[in-house]
Amino acid sequence: MRQRARPGYFGGFGGRFVPETLIHALEELEAAYERYRTDPEFVEELDALAKDFVGRPTPLMFAERLTRKWGGARVYLKREDLAHTGAHKINNTLGQILLADRMGKSRIIAETGAGQHGVATATVAALYGKECVVYMGEEDTRRQRLNVVRMQLLGAEVRPVKSGSRTLKDAVNETIRDWVANVEDTHYIIGSVVGPAPYPRMVRDFQTVIGREIEAQARERFGRDPDAIVACVGAGSNAIGAFHPFIGREGVRLIGVEAAGHGIGTGKHGASLAGGRLGVLHGAMSYVLQTEDGQIQEAHSVSAGLDYPAVGPEHAYLRDEGLAEYVSVTDEEALEAFTLLGRTEGILPALESAHAVSYAEKVAKELGPEANVVINLSGRGDKDVEVAAEALGAL
Amino acid sequence: MRGLKGAFRADRAALIPYLTAGYPTLEGAREVAAAYVAAGADILEIGVPFSDPLADGPTIQDTTTRALRNGADLDYCLELAAGYAERVPVVLLVYYNNVFARGAERFLDEAAGAGVAGLVIPDLPADEAGEFRELAGARGVAMCPLVAPTSTDERIEHIGGIATGFVYCVSVAGVTGVREGLPPGAVELLRRVRRRVSVPVALGFGIGSVEAAVEASAEADGIIIGSRLMQLVGEGGAERAGGWLREVREALDGAKAGTR
Repeated sequence: MRQRARPGYFGGFGGRFVPETLIHALEELEAAYERYRTDPEFVEELDALAKDFVGRPTPLMFAERLTRKWGGARVYLKREDLAHTGAHKINNTLGQILLADRMGKSRIIAETGAGQHGVATATVAALYGKECVVYMGEEDTRRQRLNVVRMQLLGAEVRPVKSGSRTLKDAVNETIRDWVANVEDTHYIIGSVVGPAPYPRMVRDFQTVIGREIEAQARERFGRDPDAIVACVGAGSNAIGAFHPFIGREGVRLIGVEAAGHGIGTGKHGASLAGGRLGVLHGAMSYVLQTEDGQIQEAHSVSAGLDYPAVGPEHAYLRDEGLAEYVSVTDEEALEAFTLLGRTEGILPALESAHAVSYAEKVAKELGPEANVVINLSGRGDKDVEVAAEALGAL
Repeated sequence: MRGLKGAFRADRAALIPYLTAGYPTLEGAREVAAAYVAAGADILEIGVPFSDPLADGPTIQDTTTRALRNGADLDYCLELAAGYAERVPVVLLVYYNNVFARGAERFLDEAAGAGVAGLVIPDLPADEAGEFRELAGARGVAMCPLVAPTSTDERIEHIGGIATGFVYCVSVAGVTGVREGLPPGAVELLRRVRRRVSVPVALGFGIGSVEAAVEASAEADGIIIGSRLMQLVGEGGAERAGGWLREVREALDGAKAGTR
């Protein structure tokens, strides 16, 4: 079933493996997206909100002290952590709420792991006056209590998910079940470049604003493309957004950093490209952490946002075609980078983004002082302070 | 192996009870299957437990979680199927990743070897089924694709075109689960589907009472009952489920003269 070039696929990855009930809604969504993505009014509304509501463009900051400390390439930080609600997630939720509104959907549902996407969804639902329900693994509602309260304050209902492993993958299952039952008036704002077509492409397009800004800012700051862009990959929306304009471009290395958790060899990790096998989860063919019998395994990472047992199908394609490189970083290395960035640059990154920071050191040293390396700092670390304190105390 | 064709008769609706392989226990599932056959099942639908069954509601999710804990792997499921395939046609309900993990061809070889007559794959819609359908056809394993209330007429025709066993008509936009009465619109959907496909049409999702089964049998070639039976197995084991299924069987047989 691989290597077939057809809509909804990236090479042999992607597709639409969902119950028949959803097919009509996905076709409708695809048609609406095709219609509006180039519609001048839609684009204008999205751009205006990106500027005034989100605060775009986010800065491309030269990390002077970090550059000196590493003694290699010049290191730049793409500051998605400064976007409204504290992460890149808002780029996607904003695009999708505009679409939902034009499709006449009155109700919004979403899944969330750590709660960042849930908060970004609750935020745009509030902005557009929509009813909003967010599914969150029961386990995660306890670990991320603060984000539960944030969502509730924004008017969303948070439904704890008690099925399966009670984490992100189960929250996605439950959101899909809700959608199947309420597909007439409900739009599902999926949080990453996963799920059935057209989601992986649509979410990528909404996140590509990151890469377009990097391109323009790089020209302005150092007169050419970056030599490398480093981004963390759970399911992979911030990475694909940062990479996309540069795919296939000579001289730009695209490096995705997966969560190695306790180490790939231990089986307790979130690195679907490094340790997964081809399979189908949540509607798409991609690399999936699974048993030999095809049962989905739980992922593990210190950062809840990388704690997902599959990866976006386009990343699978980029890896297999050699268009991007994928590596992994352990919990411990990510925590070190978390502290390092705080102490050298005064920025506490999200633990997800700390994975990218950690690997960027190797890249910077390898490329040397003539090169420019961009780290996509996908989110801020406030949400991780407790987790980090606990983990660092134990180190 | 018993084929699906003989299970559908013009004078009465086929009774298609569902069980999750490995629930309540590995041995208990065999008792459930035996009770279904004794109660007059025309086709057995055996569910292969999957960790992430996104078309299923809480009742069946609970059974699959339990079954996986009991160790119900694919080999066990095929063995369970093989034990009944001589007596009654067996259809496997299986999520696509369980098929794909084994390898489509190997899965089909093994299913055919176990005497499995047909497959229901809830997350393999018609558009993704092309190549797999050919492989299944070559081994004499029938495809039983789903249609839903949200399927357009054109899609129903398309789905009918790839169906080689029966069309599984989903009574309601939603997941599996026991519902009060037959969902409004189910009969109309059945009519819409039957006008457009040439294979038998079975109705499933939410048939939880004898009355709903009888009502559906006026239009459907087959009645699929899952969650209600799994509830009964949970409450009173194979005996309770088999007893209730016999009531349904009798009611369907009683209704045949009047409505069909």
